[in-house]
Amino acid sequence: MPARSMLLAGADERDLTKLAEYQAIGGYAQASRARAMTSDDLIAELQGANLRGRGGAGFPMGRKASLVDRKSPKPKYLVVNADESEPGAFKDREVMARAPHRLIEGCLIAAHAIESQEVFIYIRGEYLTEYEILAKAVEQARKAEILGDVNVVVYRGAGAYICGEETALLESLEGKRGQPRPRPPFPPVQGLYMSPTEINNVCTIATLPAILELGPEGFTNIGTPGSPGTVIFSVSGNVEKPGNYELELGTSMRELLYTHAGGIAGGRQLKAVIPGGSSVPALTARQIDVPLDFDSIGAIGTFFGAASLIVVDDRCCMVQLALRSTKFYMHESCGRCTPCREGTRWVVQLLERIEAGDGTTADLELLRKVCDRIEGKSLCALGDFAVWPVQSYFDKWHDEWVAHVEQGGCPLGGESSIEGIFAPSDQHTHSPVATVPA
Amino acid sequence: MSTAEFDAQVRKLATRYPDSKTAILPALRLAQEQNDGWLDTESFERVGEALGLTPAYCKAVATFYDMFHLAPVGRHSIEVCTNLSCALSGAQQVVDAFESELGVEPGETTEDGEITLRTVECLGGCGYATVVSVDNRYRQFVKPEDVPAIVEDVRAG
Repeated sequence: MPARSMLLAGADERDLTKLAEYQAIGGYAQASRARAMTSDDLIAELQGANLRGRGGAGFPMGRKASLVDRKSPKPKYLVVNADESEPGAFKDREVMARAPHRLIEGCLIAAHAIESQEVFIYIRGEYLTEYEILAKAVEQARKAEILGDVNVVVYRGAGAYICGEETALLESLEGKRGQPRPRPPFPPVQGLYMSPTEINNVCTIATLPAILELGPEGFTNIGTPGSPGTVIFSVSGNVEKPGNYELELGTSMRELLYTHAGGIAGGRQLKAVIPGGSSVPALTARQIDVPLDFDSIGAIGTFFGAASLIVVDDRCCMVQLALRSTKFYMHESCGRCTPCREGTRWVVQLLERIEAGDGTTADLELLRKVCDRIEGKSLCALGDFAVWPVQSYFDKWHDEWVAHVEQGGCPLGGESSIEGIFAPSDQHTHSPVATVPA
Repeated sequence: MSTAEFDAQVRKLATRYPDSKTAILPALRLAQEQNDGWLDTESFERVGEALGLTPAYCKAVATFYDMFHLAPVGRHSIEVCTNLSCALSGAQQVVDAFESELGVEPGETTEDGEITLRTVECLGGCGYATVVSVDNRYRQFVKPEDVPAIVEDVRAG
């Protein structure tokens, strides 16, 4: 399928950070149209479009909006999740940097749907340049009286992966440590400041103007019936042309990797593709003839996630990859619940032992057991995110793990492409932790 | 910035939000800028005073977030992403190059107090690996051979 732009439409030809340029291609016309509708009609339109959330979970945006308690006497809040932190994902950043007004227009549409006058865009602290562009665009729109009675606040985070989890984000916005909340209650009923809250990813919100423009029928004609529309796929790792590619949902993974992203760099062999950001189970080279949509990716045992594909060539040791991945989740675990806080430390220690050549067959069994005791047992999905990659690397490249034990070391013998990679957790002094028994 | 000026600025920030506590992250950021890039006991007292929170609460929040520093740092920061995509694209060689150029290990500051080198988790620039954040501005597609020029730039700025 050819590239098709919706989220980034016009951004190659014009400087869409400028209000006048965005308006020249019809910008903000859809927000005006939306505002002429009742919130019920607008929600019906959004539900008809079946827009699946682009942040990772794929929950239909229109349905989420319909769950917001609009009759509540409390203020209603729209919160845009711009805390893009999933390793492999860099799509929200491009939308904010190159089409900030499209995101703001989407905010106005979503705010009208849930009868909200308060919009927060929570952007990760590291995205300073993008924050400046977005804040400037909001100011332009405010001065031009486009925002109407809606107050849009761009709020900077301060460096915490977990704040991309929606309830942790709300805690952070309320001025607390960003630790996830138990659910229920869900945010549409009780979210920010205990009030009804809609939370959506940047790309979800930035798709709304296109839905209004095309109508639900026109929008669902693009992509697949279960996953309509386009998605910006972030492709990184060992490909010739890494970058963002906006394509229709349902495009084959092989086409994305080989036609658009130019294939595996340096003519090497493909070993693994992590399809949705580093938290999801990996696919082998034999599994890439799959349409890129929520349901097809789900059917082969992994997740569409944040549409962020990390491509791994044959030089990489899967134990090292698991170790580097788990060090990240250990570092980002908020510490609130035990399976995740302690479990990720156990997994890291076991992986270090196996990679060093000191692992035994019993360690391999213990590793699998520890993963099972984290999965599904933590308050939020971070525990799952830590172990899904490890489980999949372990199961699908099992011979490589056994070889580490049998040969007493890494079978790649120091030649792995990520040999010796230094994780941030290695430079911190941590509180003493229990050591895995030898 | 005097304590009174800081107080006034933080109180003004707080009026932008439905609940003044929401101002804690921008207030801590301001306090950090005012204190050579890190937060000491006095910083937490100032933020707490302005927002009606205890210094302990302010410290508890600050310790949660990576961008707040609880010990002295250099005048400039160089942060190299070593998460998966950058790692697969040779980030470790970039880290090595910074180590030898600066004579420090990740987590350390140069003897003259100018530059703190760190490795960091994913910066959201995976398609442009290796990503290095220099004083919060991204440099993309960084190779080991680019390192001396980056350091020279930082020292000049």
